[in-house]
Amino acid sequence: MTGQTKRVVVAMAALALTASSLAVWADEDADLVVNGEIEMVVRTDAPAHLDGAVRTIYSGWVFRQDDTQAMQMDDFDNPGMLFAEQGQELFNTAMGANGESCASCHTNAEDLTRVRATYPKWDEAHGAVQTVEMQVQECQTESMGMAEAWGQNSQEMLNMTAYIASIGRGQVIDVAIDGPAQATWDAGKEIYYTRYGQLELSCANCHEQNYGNYIRADHLSQGQINGFPTYRLKNARLNGTHNRFRGCIRDTRGETFAIGSDEFIALELYVASRGNGLTVEGPSVRN
Amino acid sequence: MTRQLILATLLGVSASVAHAEVVSPTAVVANEYGEISTSLTGVAGDPVRGAEVMTSRSLGNCIACHQVTALEEFPFHGEVGPSLDGAGARWDEAAMRGIVVNAKAIFPESVMPSFYKVDGFTRPGDAFTGKAAPGALDPLLTAQDIEDVVAYLLTLTD
Repeated sequence: MTGQTKRVVVAMAALALTASSLAVWADEDADLVVNGEIEMVVRTDAPAHLDGAVRTIYSGWVFRQDDTQAMQMDDFDNPGMLFAEQGQELFNTAMGANGESCASCHTNAEDLTRVRATYPKWDEAHGAVQTVEMQVQECQTESMGMAEAWGQNSQEMLNMTAYIASIGRGQVIDVAIDGPAQATWDAGKEIYYTRYGQLELSCANCHEQNYGNYIRADHLSQGQINGFPTYRLKNARLNGTHNRFRGCIRDTRGETFAIGSDEFIALELYVASRGNGLTVEGPSVRN
Repeated sequence: MTRQLILATLLGVSASVAHAEVVSPTAVVANEYGEISTSLTGVAGDPVRGAEVMTSRSLGNCIACHQVTALEEFPFHGEVGPSLDGAGARWDEAAMRGIVVNAKAIFPESVMPSFYKVDGFTRPGDAFTGKAAPGALDPLLTAQDIEDVVAYLLTLTD
């Protein structure tokens, strides 16, 4: 080998090392500011109702690789924002027999800033805890005269919930767990700690006991849902919370619950409450 | 002549497999510590095949959760369970078999799946489809897979 060839080989090896370390390591100490202006809380003290199960809560963003983290820091790099923009168009589009759009009632979309941060939420009229998706469906069938509401996991619904989340980005999550919501919250907690499927894995086994650890090549997060709907690089689309829950239970070799089921509504309330103190990031970018 | 010999050998192999007593998942006998002293198949475990089961995603995929220095050629070892380096010096064969069959009998809080268990699950599914299991489940590993993994683990003495 000539001296020059050697140098090239060494340089290439060094580059390969740098590339692989970039690809593998997440910067768990990084801070997230979106567009240089929306300051996110990606780590903070756990809410009191977790009774010390974890001391600190972390956004899933901190567990992602540098390049994935970077995509969420600028709306031009965040593919999820394209869907949020489509959601904004839908928000202003008349639908249903009454010729109304969302904007007909919600004339100032900024009034919806706290929605993502406070749902799922007890709905007095319906006597049940409602998700954002259920609230949209309620508007569609009960106010806008639509015969059939959007499906919970339809592209329209994902776009709309991405838009609603985007309005509230940076808002501190504060989901109510007491009063009439408590029975649902208790049911969600029960599900969180139940070991499902042939692999007998609970949410807690991976996301409470083992966050920060690798399971094969996957870096386990706390399973926080403050970034939903989330744009996943894995499937290059928006993913809703219940669909993600479904994927986790499927991976236990278990029989999943249905999207929109009472079980997943309860689990969403419980998991959302574990993120009280983090900030709304949807639509976030994850792997 | 050669063909006859091969045939005889094949017959011999199948005869020995047929005669070996395979212990079904529901008939496994563990002692009060969860240890299982009797082989599940009566056929000595093959450590080479055991390493294959350990590293295959479709089989044991043990390295998804456990780091094993001797298996470094296979990428991405997990951190959920303890390193298995030296496991063969920490556990004897009966304990090792008990852990692989049903770790929770020995460590009640263990996250580790039970690899030779077919009932007592909450919402068991049809493999990774998310649908309900259509009928009785097969264990995650066969009896011989278990014996092979145990044989491999017992080689990890450093």
